[in-house]
Amino acid sequence: MTVLLDPTSERSPTIRPRLPRPQSLDGLTIGILDIAKSRGDVFLHRLGERLGERGIAVKHYAKPTNTRPAPLPLRQQIATEVDLVIEGLSD
Amino acid sequence: MTDRLPQDGLVAVVKRDCPTCVLAAPVLGDLARNGGLTVYTQDDPSFPETVPGRVDDTALDVSHRLKIEIVPTLIRFEAGREVGRTYGWDRGEWRRLTGVEGLGPGLPEARPGCGAKNLEPGIIERLKIRFNETGLKSRRIEIGKDEDEQEAMYARGWSDGLPLVPPTEERVLRMLDGTARDPQEVLGLVPPALAAATVEKIAVNAVMAGCKSEYLPVVLAAVEAVLDESFAMHGVLATTGFVGPVLVVNGPVRGRIGMNAKGNALGQGNRANAAIGRALQLVIRNVGEGRPREVDRATLGNPGKYTYCFAEDEEGSSWAPLSVERGLKPGQSAVTVFAGYGLQGVTDQKSRDPESLSRSFAGSLLGLGNVKLAPACDAMLVISPEHHRTFRQAGWSKARLYEELYRLCEIPGADLVTGAKAIAEGGPASLAGKPVNKFRPGGIMIVRAGGDAGMFSGIIGGWSAGGPRSSLPVTKEVRN
Repeated sequence: MTVLLDPTSERSPTIRPRLPRPQSLDGLTIGILDIAKSRGDVFLHRLGERLGERGIAVKHYAKPTNTRPAPLPLRQQIATEVDLVIEGLSD
Repeated sequence: MTDRLPQDGLVAVVKRDCPTCVLAAPVLGDLARNGGLTVYTQDDPSFPETVPGRVDDTALDVSHRLKIEIVPTLIRFEAGREVGRTYGWDRGEWRRLTGVEGLGPGLPEARPGCGAKNLEPGIIERLKIRFNETGLKSRRIEIGKDEDEQEAMYARGWSDGLPLVPPTEERVLRMLDGTARDPQEVLGLVPPALAAATVEKIAVNAVMAGCKSEYLPVVLAAVEAVLDESFAMHGVLATTGFVGPVLVVNGPVRGRIGMNAKGNALGQGNRANAAIGRALQLVIRNVGEGRPREVDRATLGNPGKYTYCFAEDEEGSSWAPLSVERGLKPGQSAVTVFAGYGLQGVTDQKSRDPESLSRSFAGSLLGLGNVKLAPACDAMLVISPEHHRTFRQAGWSKARLYEELYRLCEIPGADLVTGAKAIAEGGPASLAGKPVNKFRPGGIMIVRAGGDAGMFSGIIGGWSAGGPRSSLPVTKEVRN
């Protein structure tokens, strides 16, 4: 028998289920997160307009750069201000 | 075994392989005959013949418990406690411990002892494992005797695709001999899992990558460098772009561990170059959980993501090494990490003056990423000795070459506008009318490497998102 040392971090991450999708957007606030990819703002701005036309409250957010994870304060702000988030992952 | 040590009296630990033990064997015989001496022998149970009641310690348990460093060692116990110890043969010291005058009348006054067998490399590790003294915290994974170790490691997802050296406790302990740092020291959090990179975990991965223990300080410096905030390791991993960490090693450590800075420096065949770069990638994979087609979203990737590590050829250069240019002292060993990929060859066998050769380099640099993109990405220019000679003979400093390359990499904005040159890629029409540089200030790094023959240099492309807002090169000193 050989004994090997585990090269991994030995984490056992907690898997948290996603929140259930809402049946309706009525009365909910939607956050739109621009991750700073090229022309993402154009697409997301139009999306915000379309949602606004349907009477849905929209808040816009932007990451300072697409190359790093969103700063913690931004994530916390989004979590406390909106019910749903839309983000574009690529250009 | 310790409980079988005498409560009172003398203990000697010896081995036949030690001439001083052989020299002192008659004295041990005399002391044993008088009673009160127990002799433990480390290598040959028939030694010393002068002591019929000698005890076989070839398993080295007693030697390890007594922390024997030198043989012969003579120890006095009183009421189960050690009250005195001496090493080697020294008549005065032995008289003090034994209380016997005139020991070994024919012997010289003193002779130094020999290294104890229980401390030999390969043996000390096994003893620490047997006595559960390794201090290693990693989970132990038992591989059944009928199981193939390689397959077991593949099955657990530890491999980059190539076979691994099994990280046994013994190998990891020997790896850790390469550094004075505490195995539980945390060098940082490895993305994307943000899991702690302890020296121990890095050592486990360095074993798997094929490192020797003397490479470990370089691997540790490389891990520190990529975990520096300004390198943005999470983004370098997660990007759809081509890049991965490229490592350039400077300073005396290159020679000490036998790195290759000469012919085929960026290629295969040198263990240190290959294993150090691979160890870093395995740390990202196994500790950070950064795996391709998971958080690593690379569209194509590049072969350097197995390993991309080389040494700068500092000897014979008229230019300061990269590490010195980046703020370290000459003679300090260092690793610089750069988010880069591949190699774009620059062949120029006709230029004999620096102006012409600079234009060759600039022409190739301008194609990086896309001829229509500027600023495009950072770049590392690896200049071969024969190309460097042209600059040296003309008295060009590295600073002058940088200056010239930036000047030559300025592009008329009109050439970069989308649609220009019948290529849709490009920038807005507002670029027209103003010059745009292919590189941000400081976006080119020059290093010297390669074989003495050949007018071939190379360009390592950077990340399209490179620069202060994302990934900057980072240099860390190699510490033992």
